[in-house]
Amino acid sequence: MTAAARIETARQPVLEMRHISKTFGPIRALQDVSLTVHAGELHALMGENGAGKSTLMKVLSGAYRPDTGGEILIDGIPAATGDPIKARANGIAVIYQELSLAPNLTVAQNIFLGNEPRRFGIVDRDQCNRRAKEIIARLGVSFSARASVSSLSLGERQLVEIARALSTSARIIVMDEPTTSLTSRETDRLFEVIATLKSQGIAIIYISHRMEEVYQLADRVSVLRDSGYVGTLDRADLNASRLVSMMVGRDLSAFYKKDHRPPDEKRAIALSVRSMSDGNLLKDCSFDLHKGEVLALAGLVGSGRTELARLIFGADRHTSGTLELNGKSVSIGSPREALDAGIAYLTEDRKELGLFLDMSISDNISMGVLAKDARGGGFRDFAAAEKRAAKSVSDLSIRTRSVQANAGSLSGGNQQKVLLARLLETEPQVLILDEPTRGVDVGAKSEIYRLIDDLAKKGIAILMISSELPEVIGVADRVLVMRDGTISGEVTASEGQPLSQEAIMELATGAAKG
Amino acid sequence: MTDKATEMSDQAVGRSRRLHTAFAALGMLPVLILLAAGFQFMNPRFLTETNLLIVTQQSSINIVLAAGMTFVILTGGIDLSVGSILAASAMVAVMVSLVPEWGMLGVPAAILVGLGFGVINGLLVAYIRLPPFIVTLGSLTAVRGVARLLGQDTTVFNSDLPFDFIGNGSLFGIPWLVIIALSVVVLSWLVLKRTVLGTWIYAVGGNAEAARLTGIKVPLVLLFVYGVSGLLAGLGGAMSAARLYAANGLQLGQSYELDAIAAVILGGTSFVGGVGSIWGTLIGGLIIAVLSNGLILAGVSDIWQYIIKGLVIIVAVALDRYRLQAGART
Repeated sequence: MTAAARIETARQPVLEMRHISKTFGPIRALQDVSLTVHAGELHALMGENGAGKSTLMKVLSGAYRPDTGGEILIDGIPAATGDPIKARANGIAVIYQELSLAPNLTVAQNIFLGNEPRRFGIVDRDQCNRRAKEIIARLGVSFSARASVSSLSLGERQLVEIARALSTSARIIVMDEPTTSLTSRETDRLFEVIATLKSQGIAIIYISHRMEEVYQLADRVSVLRDSGYVGTLDRADLNASRLVSMMVGRDLSAFYKKDHRPPDEKRAIALSVRSMSDGNLLKDCSFDLHKGEVLALAGLVGSGRTELARLIFGADRHTSGTLELNGKSVSIGSPREALDAGIAYLTEDRKELGLFLDMSISDNISMGVLAKDARGGGFRDFAAAEKRAAKSVSDLSIRTRSVQANAGSLSGGNQQKVLLARLLETEPQVLILDEPTRGVDVGAKSEIYRLIDDLAKKGIAILMISSELPEVIGVADRVLVMRDGTISGEVTASEGQPLSQEAIMELATGAAKG
Repeated sequence: MTDKATEMSDQAVGRSRRLHTAFAALGMLPVLILLAAGFQFMNPRFLTETNLLIVTQQSSINIVLAAGMTFVILTGGIDLSVGSILAASAMVAVMVSLVPEWGMLGVPAAILVGLGFGVINGLLVAYIRLPPFIVTLGSLTAVRGVARLLGQDTTVFNSDLPFDFIGNGSLFGIPWLVIIALSVVVLSWLVLKRTVLGTWIYAVGGNAEAARLTGIKVPLVLLFVYGVSGLLAGLGGAMSAARLYAANGLQLGQSYELDAIAAVILGGTSFVGGVGSIWGTLIGGLIIAVLSNGLILAGVSDIWQYIIKGLVIIVAVALDRYRLQAGART
C-alpha cells in the first residue's frame, strides 16, 4: 500500500449517514439528516427530547428503514438499511438505556447470548468463558466471566452490554444516555472504558443531555432539532451558549396566549411545598406557587418532575416534606385527600393513567364527583352527569357527536380535554398539569393554552410540567428547573426581557457551573 | 388532519365500537335460542313447561354464583372459592336448621358465613394486595376443609327443613329458586348500572390506576366485590341445602366456580375487567343449563357432556379474545 493510499484509508469515515428522512404517516420524525463518524472518534449527539436522536439511531441499528433517498455507508460502501441483523454484521451495536441482559445467567452467557460458540452443535462453555475473559480484559475491568449478572451493579451490567457489543466485533457503538443511572465512580470507569475503546479504533456515538460529559468526552458534537440536522461542532469550537442556542433556537411565540396578569410579590401563595423527598430520586424540593400564576416545571426526562407532581398529589408516598395550602398546613396521603383539599393532577399518560376508554365521555367527566352528585342510597344522578358533560363539551369545545360515546373513540386532543374537564369538575384551587399538550394536535394545543390562561385569570394556581421549551416560555410566568431530583434553579422574566430558553437549558443540563 | 376529518373518523370508530358493544351484550342470546331450537328438534320434550322449569331451576344456583362472579370479574379479578364457600354455607344452613325454634335462621346464617369468607378474600386482595387468583385458590382449598370440618366430614340431614320451600316450593307456579335467582340478577343490575358504586366497579376494572388518581377508593371497591361474591355463594349454599334437605362438606359445590366463571365469560364480560353486563351473565348461565339438560335429553353420554361443555367454554374465551382484538384501541 502506498503512503497516499494509507492516508486515504485513514480519512475514510467508518460511518456516513446521508440524507436520512423518516416519516410515520403524516408525522415527519427525521428530515434530511446527515452524520459522519470516523474510527476512534466519540461523536456526541445532542438535542431536546423529541428532536429525532432516537429515531436516527433506530435507523442506524436497522430497527427503522429510512425513506427513499437516504443511505448509510459503512467504510464508504452502501449498506443495507432496515435490517437489524445486517446492521449488526456491519459492526453496529446499540447500548440502550434499559439494559437487555438476562440477570440469572452468567456474564459469559450473556455476552454470547444468541451467538454462542459451539462445538458439535453444543454450546462450548469453556470457549465461551475463555473468550468472555479476553473481552473483559480488553475493557480493562475486573469482574469474573462466570459471575451471575444479578450480582453485578448497574454500571457493571452496562459494561457487560459493551462486552457483548465487542463480542460481535462491533466497530460503531451507540450509547444512549449511558450514565443516567450510574454512580459517579461507575461513570468514571465507563469513561475509562470509552477511552480504551477509542484507542482501539472503535467509533462511539454518544447521546447525552449532560453538557459536562459532552465537554469531557466528545471529539465532535452534532445537534438535531425538530427532526432536522442543525450542525456539527468540533471540539475546539465547543461552547455552552452556542450549543444551547443550536438546540433550542426556534420561535413559535405567536401561538401562545398569555393574557392573565402575572402575579406580583403581593399575590397570595396558594401552594407551598417544603423539603419534599421520596427517599429515592427526589431530594429536598421546595417552592411556592401563587394564586393565578402559571408556574412551569421544566427539566429533562428523568429529572423528577412527574415524580414531584405525584408526591404533591399523594399518588406516591413522600418520606419527608410538608405542604401548605392557602397558608394552612395540610397532610395528603392519597389522591382522594388531594382532591378534597382542592389539588387536581393531570397525568402525562392519559391512556394508561387517566381515561376509562371503555366508558362514556359523560362518565369520564363526572368520575371524580359521582359521590357528590349522588341521590339517596348511593344512586347515580344521571341528569347531573349529563349536564356536566354538556357544559364541558361546550366550554372546552370537545368534538364528539354524543356524550354517551366511549372516551376511546375520541382523538387525542379531545381525550385530553375530557380529562381536563374531569379535573375542573372537582373545582380545584391548584391544578398540576403534566405535559398537558403531549400527543395533541396543533389546534387542540392552542385551545388548551387558552384554557390554561383563562383558569389563571380566575385565580387558579397552575403548575405545568412541560418538556417543550417554547411552550414553557409561551405559557408560564415563571419557570422552575429540575435536574437529578432537585430543583436546580428558577428562571423569571424581568422588565421587557422574556423568559430565556438558554437559561432554562443551562439549568436543566448543568451547563452552568456552580 | 382537519377537524372535519377527525370528526368523521371519530364517528366511524364510534360506530364500529357500538357494533361491538351490541355484539357483546346481545352476542350470546342468539346462541341460546339456537341451542334451544336444536334440542327441541332432537327431542320435542325439551320445550315443554315442565322441562323449562327444570332448566331454570337447575340454572338458578349457578346464576346466583355467577352474579357474584360478574362483580369480581368486572374489576379484573377472579373468585375461585365460591364452590367451597357454598359447601361451608350449606353445612351451616342445615346445622342451624336443626336448632329447635330457630331453624329459620339457617338462611341468614349461611349468607353471613358466605359474606365472612368473601370479606376475608377481599381484605387479602385489596389491602395485602395479593393476586386474586392466588388468594381465592388458597381459600378454595382452605374453605373446603372448613366445610368438611363443620360436619366432622359427614353428611348432615334435616328431613324437616324449615326453609325447604326455597328449594322445592313455588310462588304462583314459579319455583322460589328461580325467583331468587332473578331477584339477584335484577339487584345486581341496579347496583352495577344505577349506583355510584357500580360505576366505580367498572372504572376500577377498566383502569385501576386511573381510578385511584380520580380519587376512587379502589381497595373499598375490591372489598365490596369479593364480599358480594362470598355473600351470594352463601345464599347459593342456603338454596342448595333447601333443595337437598342435606349438605356434605366434601362433595357439595365441587367445581361450581368453573360453571360460574363460564357463565360470566359466555355472557361477554371481559376477563380483564371493565366491560360486561349482568344480563349477559344470565344468558351465559342459561346456556350452560340448556346444554346440560339438552344433552341429557338427547341421550348424550355423561363423558361427552363434559367434553362438549369444556369446548363451549374454550369457544367462549376465544370469542372474548376476538372481541377485545376487534375493539382494540390504539
